Amino acid sequence: MMASLFSFKGGVKPASHKDESAQVPITLAPLPSRLVVPLRQSAGGMPLPLVSAGQRVLKGERIGAPEGNFSSAIHAPTSGLVVAVEPRMLPHPSGLSALCVEIEADGEERWIDLVPVNYETETPDALRDILRDAGVVGLGGATFPSHLKLKPGASGRIETLIINGAECEPWITCDDRLMRERSDEIARGIAILRHIVSAERVLIGIEDNKPQAIAAVRAATAGSEGVEVVPVPTRYPAGGERQLIRVLTGIEIPYGRFGADFGVQCFNVATACSVHRAIDLGQPLISRIVTLAGNVERPGNVEALIGTPIDALLKLAMPKADTDRTIMGGPMMGFTLPRTDLPVTKAANCILAASPALFPPQGAEMPCIRCGACTRACPAELQPHELYWFSRAKNFGKTQEYGIFDCIECGCCAYVCPSNIPLVDYYRFAKSSMRTLEREKAVADAARQRFEFRTERDERDKAEKAARLAAKTAAGRQAAEGPGAAKATAAPTATQAPSAEEKPLTPLDDRKKALIAAAIQRIQSQKTGVQPKNTDNLSPEKQAEIREIEARRNKVRELAKTPPEEPV
Amino acid sequence: MNNSPHVHLPISVRVIMLKVLLALLPGIAVYVWFFGAAILVQIALASTAALAGEAAMLKLRGKPVGLFLSDGSALVTAWLIALTFPPIAPWWLIVSATLFALIVAKHLYGGLGQNPFNPAMVAFCVSIIAFPALMSQWPAVGFTDFAAQMRVIFESQSAQDAVTMATPLDALRTQLHTPEARATVAGILGSHATFGNIGGKGWEWIALAYLVGGLWLLQQRIITWHVPVAFLGVLATIATVFSFANPDSYAGPTFHVITGGAMLGAFFIATDPVSGATTPRGKLIFAAGVALLTWVIRTFGAYPDGMAFGVLLMNLCVPLIDMGTQPPVFGHKDDKRGGGVP
Repeated sequence: MMASLFSFKGGVKPASHKDESAQVPITLAPLPSRLVVPLRQSAGGMPLPLVSAGQRVLKGERIGAPEGNFSSAIHAPTSGLVVAVEPRMLPHPSGLSALCVEIEADGEERWIDLVPVNYETETPDALRDILRDAGVVGLGGATFPSHLKLKPGASGRIETLIINGAECEPWITCDDRLMRERSDEIARGIAILRHIVSAERVLIGIEDNKPQAIAAVRAATAGSEGVEVVPVPTRYPAGGERQLIRVLTGIEIPYGRFGADFGVQCFNVATACSVHRAIDLGQPLISRIVTLAGNVERPGNVEALIGTPIDALLKLAMPKADTDRTIMGGPMMGFTLPRTDLPVTKAANCILAASPALFPPQGAEMPCIRCGACTRACPAELQPHELYWFSRAKNFGKTQEYGIFDCIECGCCAYVCPSNIPLVDYYRFAKSSMRTLEREKAVADAARQRFEFRTERDERDKAEKAARLAAKTAAGRQAAEGPGAAKATAAPTATQAPSAEEKPLTPLDDRKKALIAAAIQRIQSQKTGVQPKNTDNLSPEKQAEIREIEARRNKVRELAKTPPEEPV
Repeated sequence: MNNSPHVHLPISVRVIMLKVLLALLPGIAVYVWFFGAAILVQIALASTAALAGEAAMLKLRGKPVGLFLSDGSALVTAWLIALTFPPIAPWWLIVSATLFALIVAKHLYGGLGQNPFNPAMVAFCVSIIAFPALMSQWPAVGFTDFAAQMRVIFESQSAQDAVTMATPLDALRTQLHTPEARATVAGILGSHATFGNIGGKGWEWIALAYLVGGLWLLQQRIITWHVPVAFLGVLATIATVFSFANPDSYAGPTFHVITGGAMLGAFFIATDPVSGATTPRGKLIFAAGVALLTWVIRTFGAYPDGMAFGVLLMNLCVPLIDMGTQPPVFGHKDDKRGGGVP
């Protein structure tokens, strides 16, 4: 049965350049003397280092523990000695550093004890945990932890499993070669994935420019019921997860939602392969296929250990003399590496040697003439030129309204732009500015809350202090002058008018003041009743002494209240 | 550029503009065939003025002169001005109109890509308001003597009745609106052999040549189908309805579509991306609006052709049209608004 195909809008057809590297079988990259393994190689939290410098590790030994459930484990790619656990520069557009484990290979390649599992007897939860602990992440480039994608979403169940073998980026052929050479392993991985989510059908999407891969995967999955290899039209970005799901099922998954919410989930063919190895062989993800292509003498694909220096790999392909930079990933979405001594990561699907002849620099950036070429090319069905104007004007609210976060940064718009506008850069700028603003706002909110809390606390403390003081005063006075004198002594304190003291009090005034004083005293005695004092259990002599002191203090206070100048 | 994408289509603003110029060539060739080489002189005058005006403004604005001068956009404006003006208009008229288009309508609004109004149509409207007589001075069919044309253009010799004539649109407008004339459309169009079969002898062939060029632009994906189809379709529909109701007072659809600036406008003027709508639905609304205004001004207005006014009035509406016609974004087809974070 042939599934009826849907289509996605937009897309472009750049020259594929796949033949150069797709002709040669995958070779094993030689073991480097030192490997640098970044601890963070997937979306989610930063795995915690489990080793320290000077420690010996075995091949496949866990060196980074997933932090919580939302990240994936990291393993030693070979046996040897940990020489450093420190921040190193990562192969990332930012050029930022993060914690890495450097291992000096001992050349023995001694494995840990591998524990294969029979997936048919395990529960989905146990299998998901194994995948998490084996460091299995999406190998298509996004490196999203696979165990998280295997959870049923809002729809309750994943009915359709999509296996992504489209590989739409020009130059890259690692999935093509993998499908040709290891289709059996892919098929086993698919069976496991299908078992975990109990999917009814599996659709394997492969661009129709890879007939050998299609034939190989068809042969490997021929016996499985409900598994179908679907050749999809070659059009970039057909291999984008959302685009492929759309082409194969007609379902459109919006930004911020997972396929699982719509009963469909998508995995790369290489991910399926590593799922098979993690479950059936017990091997964690410690290597991947990397395409070496571009301005090189011997393009091809190598299986490289994670942590292998990129320049060591590039040397295998023999870059030509006019190579001026190195790109990680394809020409549509890849980025120029700041240096080439950086390690291969789980995201490194392709290392491209670039030359001015191969990737000629663009002409001068011209103003946008609103020609609409970008709109016709956009697979997310956005209005890239509108997003450009709003990003340029830093009108971030509008960029959001026009769906900038639905942009998958595939580069189609910039590819077709006649004005040579680096459109994707404008969107990255807008997105990162918004994220920064969001962060700053969060920080500011937290600071404001802290400030408000502190002000409140200060005021409360002040009030309590004042109350304590007043209570003390009243208690002292009462003790010194006897309960009967309370009214008389409290009166001046209550009025707080020094001049009034000198005048003879009218009977009305006196009565009023007496009432007020009585009220104040009631309150004060309530407070003193609540707050235990350290003067309660003292000897009568001590108490008398205290009373004396308090009386003296009160006198001084009363004196201090009278103004320095004499009333007229 | 070190950021993705690292590959690009070999296309540029210059290539787009050159293709537009190329697509105008069949129309210009037929123009020369029927009305002599005067139009070539006008094109040369307009081009020179446009490049001079563009260069001066670029220099004043501190922009790279060579880069922008060679983008071809000034030439497209110049050619469209020349092709919409009477070919025997005096030289100073086309020069000043072109300078006005480049300096005021284009560069004072921010230059390439920023002008809200179509510069060529601004030039046309300014000229027809300021010099209505000169702008109505169209050559008679057969007036192809180059020397005589040059005298009219450069020596401001007042054009004689022998060399000028009313266009069919003009004739319809003036004669139908004279109450005592009791003229009918068929009567007016039939009264002049030079009005040809449909839209004026010579003019109908030029219009067809524009159509050929326009279809090539469509095939080259420089323009999309929305504007020509909506413009010609709506214009023809309105004309059909009214001429069916009263064939004596209203010209039919073929006449409206072939005559005046309709065909040039449908493929080369209303399709200007800078001043036009950008969304598919927006383009349809924009072009339909231009067609409606063109027909209304042609039929009831004071000017012989309404295309230019129609375009400028619809240019005004473009921000609103674009805002209101944003298509839904991938994955948000069911949302009320297209984009946005869920």
